[in-house]
Amino acid sequence: MNLRQLRQRFVLHLDPILLSGLGALLLVSLLTLYSASGGNGERVLAQLGNIAAGFVALWVVANMPLHWLMRIAVPIYVLGMVLLVGVALFGEISHGARRWLNLGVANIQPSELMKIAVPLMMAWYFEKHEASLTWRNYLIAAVLLAMPVALILRQPDLGTSILISASGFFVLFLAGLSWRVILGLLVAAAASAPFLWHALHDYQRQRILMLFDPSQDALGKGYHTIQGMIAVGSGGLLGKGYMQGTQTHLDFLPERTTDFIFAVWSEEFGFLGNLFLLGLYVFVVGRGFVITANASTYFTRLMAGSITLTFFIYTFVNIGMVTGILPVVGVPLPLVSYGGTSLLTLMLGFGVLMSIHTHQRLVKT
Amino acid sequence: MIKAELKNYQREIHLFRLRLFIGLGFAGVLMLVLLARVFYLQILQHGHFETLAESNRIYVVPIVPNRGVITDRNGTVLARNYAGYTIEITPHKVADLDRTIAEIGKLVEIKPKDLRRFKKLLAERRTLQTLPIRTRLTDEEVARFAAQRYRFEGVELKARLFREYPTADINSHLLGYIGRINQEELRDLEKEGLAANYLGSEYLGKTGIEQHYEKMLHGVTGFEQVEVDAGGRAVRRVAHTAPESGNDLTLTLDAGLQEVAMQAFGDYRGALVAIDPANGEVLAFVSKPGYDPNLFIDGIDSESWDALNNSPDVPLNNRALRGQYPMGSTIKPFMALTGLHFNTRSPDFSISDPGYFMLPGSSHQYRDWKVGGHGRVDLFKSIVVSCDTYYYGLATELGIDRMHEYMDQFGFGKRTRIDLEGEVPGLLPSTAWKMRRHKQIWYPGDTVSAGIGQGYQLATPLQMAHVTATLANNGVAYRPHLLKAAQDAAQPLFDLQIPARDIELVKSAMVAVTHPGGTAVSAFYGATYPVAGKTGTAQVIAIKQGEKYDAKKVSEYNRDHAWFIAFAPADQPRIALAVLAENGGHGSSTAAPIARKVFDYYLLGKRPKPLKKAGVRDEAEGD
Repeated sequence: MNLRQLRQRFVLHLDPILLSGLGALLLVSLLTLYSASGGNGERVLAQLGNIAAGFVALWVVANMPLHWLMRIAVPIYVLGMVLLVGVALFGEISHGARRWLNLGVANIQPSELMKIAVPLMMAWYFEKHEASLTWRNYLIAAVLLAMPVALILRQPDLGTSILISASGFFVLFLAGLSWRVILGLLVAAAASAPFLWHALHDYQRQRILMLFDPSQDALGKGYHTIQGMIAVGSGGLLGKGYMQGTQTHLDFLPERTTDFIFAVWSEEFGFLGNLFLLGLYVFVVGRGFVITANASTYFTRLMAGSITLTFFIYTFVNIGMVTGILPVVGVPLPLVSYGGTSLLTLMLGFGVLMSIHTHQRLVKT
Repeated sequence: MIKAELKNYQREIHLFRLRLFIGLGFAGVLMLVLLARVFYLQILQHGHFETLAESNRIYVVPIVPNRGVITDRNGTVLARNYAGYTIEITPHKVADLDRTIAEIGKLVEIKPKDLRRFKKLLAERRTLQTLPIRTRLTDEEVARFAAQRYRFEGVELKARLFREYPTADINSHLLGYIGRINQEELRDLEKEGLAANYLGSEYLGKTGIEQHYEKMLHGVTGFEQVEVDAGGRAVRRVAHTAPESGNDLTLTLDAGLQEVAMQAFGDYRGALVAIDPANGEVLAFVSKPGYDPNLFIDGIDSESWDALNNSPDVPLNNRALRGQYPMGSTIKPFMALTGLHFNTRSPDFSISDPGYFMLPGSSHQYRDWKVGGHGRVDLFKSIVVSCDTYYYGLATELGIDRMHEYMDQFGFGKRTRIDLEGEVPGLLPSTAWKMRRHKQIWYPGDTVSAGIGQGYQLATPLQMAHVTATLANNGVAYRPHLLKAAQDAAQPLFDLQIPARDIELVKSAMVAVTHPGGTAVSAFYGATYPVAGKTGTAQVIAIKQGEKYDAKKVSEYNRDHAWFIAFAPADQPRIALAVLAENGGHGSSTAAPIARKVFDYYLLGKRPKPLKKAGVRDEAEGD
């Protein structure tokens, strides 16, 4: 095998179009992180490390044949559930939430794993029963979704449970869940809202209340939202210029390398910058739709569709939160916020997308 | 079978594509929502948020101007600023005040006095105000605290200018003092639209010159716009408007004269006001005892406050400005001028004084101070010997309303409008006044005692100095003032146009008062300049008919007040004054010697010898 073949072998299962979109977003991430951390290169270097790890994960998964993915669906799901139960029983509490499990060698956050494992499991289940889908299958799939979501909600981790619910719901939706059921679910959700409200933790309720009037507690619970909106709004059309954001550089903006990084970008690059950034997300999501539309099997279609839509929801929830139309839930801006775990999960998801795309392309040819 | 499966597959693909496009549409709508939101924030509401970001970022720090320095007419500093350090606490930032104070106390000494003052300030503080726990730290204390300051959240070491009154109690009543701005004063500043100029100021003139010329002394507050981070730390300076220091004030006061006058009182309480008759400049303004105005600057501690407030000597009372006393015989020169003015008396007219006066149809005797009387008394002699009988008769003939009419023009019974706050008007009675005030008609007897200044009349020492200066200046009055550059003071207030003959007569009689045969001869023995004066005694308690006043029998605080009004040199007056020695007995023995010392210093530059303890008081005759 000569060098050229080796290179071909390396890029064989990577989708250059999707990859260029991801690459552009990751560049935005590094650029913004440098500014958000006040010109501190350490954060950027650390994120570069995360990106490298994420890319390795993407490459590995992209090279997995599809039947491998089918085969690991159940074990991963079961493992995830075991770990989630483990967290509930022995998890470590940090910041008032029980999310982490200490395995002796490393602290892991099983809920992250479930972002991939749940849609994978559900897609696998629908593939198995593709020939004869009845309402009972949807019900079982829904239970497969509800169990991990319930456990994660109890941690409590509203952001992750929303994202996993969304990814699972997209599988159900794409698998053809009856409109009547969807409508029924919406009505039921509306009806149970008061009860859900009751079940929420105090801080979760506060965040939702803040959405309606952040100024009532400007220095307390509403501080995040207000400062985020000020940063975005003061950016204007062209922004204040790179490294020139006053909200960012004078510490007014909280969580600016993680959940609120969109505000940093908005403040410094303005509305035009946001058009560009949203354009990048549209590009990546659009490529995901193309891959989904071309997917050859029921499993891959459901999987690819769920990954793509979840990625979009991820983006929507974060930007919605920073711009003050959604409550503050701990959802990072995908691919841009600092953080290894969420990046790894996302890259795994894109790895799956690429695997779906490239392996069937090989099958076709 | 295969066909059916294929058809099923087609249907399934179709269904999936449909769902996928719905998903796509759903995502598209949400993306438009985001875009609209970002457009709203960044384009439509940009101005609003830009303002918010600016106000986040820019913090306006007021720069307090240096308060003007106050000097006397010769440049002696009476109020100045010095740089010093205080330790100040922001109470709402400190969780456990008592513990924090105890901890600070381990580093720098905190006296119980400091602690009491702090508690008092705490009770009346403005919101977010910082309060001093220790002032005037030594360099060593500054170093010790500075090394440990990181341990104290909400405690600051502040370097700033402090007000200081180097002359302590000598000038307290005219200078006044500055003190911390309280809630009420803050509201007043807001009402006057001055709140912005006082943003960083913690002090305000509370009394005296410091209060009256507050606006001039304060200066214009400067502003520094600094960029701050979320923690409130200044990052850099954006803009700077320098403050304008307050005006330095030069007073008309002669600090040396003031000191001499203060000392001349010895152990007596009282007041002295000296005025340059030619222009109304106040040369001395004494109210004794004084107090140390430095105590008040950072809030007085309750112990010192109680001591000042409960002292029987009432040191906080500004006697010169607010003390109202019957003027006694010092009214006689003015009564004489009134008599001449209305032609009720001519210079040649004389009476035979039997030692008392009786109203027609009454057996009540109004006694002269001298048993047996003064014999033949004309106007000149009536002043020289201070004949009461002469004035009983004169007052009765004039009537109270004519006395009121003329003396009102002189300035009795009304404020002099000196540049100090809180002046009281004194009292010049009339029939209308008595009806208004007491709902009673005026009795002829009221007029008799009013003739010798023992009726309803009241005057402040300042007022007496003012009318004396007007008399010295031949009836041309100037507004008494303490600020050298006082506007409107250059023009005379009024000219009574007293005929030269009348004024010469009264003045010459007042000169004779300080010569052999006069009531104040002993005090001016050997004076190298001519002095015109008049003694007076103000009764504190009424003496019953037929009883004789005996100073030894009444308690010290009930003894008569001694008055002396004078000007010198008599032919060309440079200084006119009024002295009041509380419970000093006779004007001749206590008040006149004080005036002598003041004149000697002002006219001859003579400093009095160190004081002897004023033990035995002269009870000599001669009022």
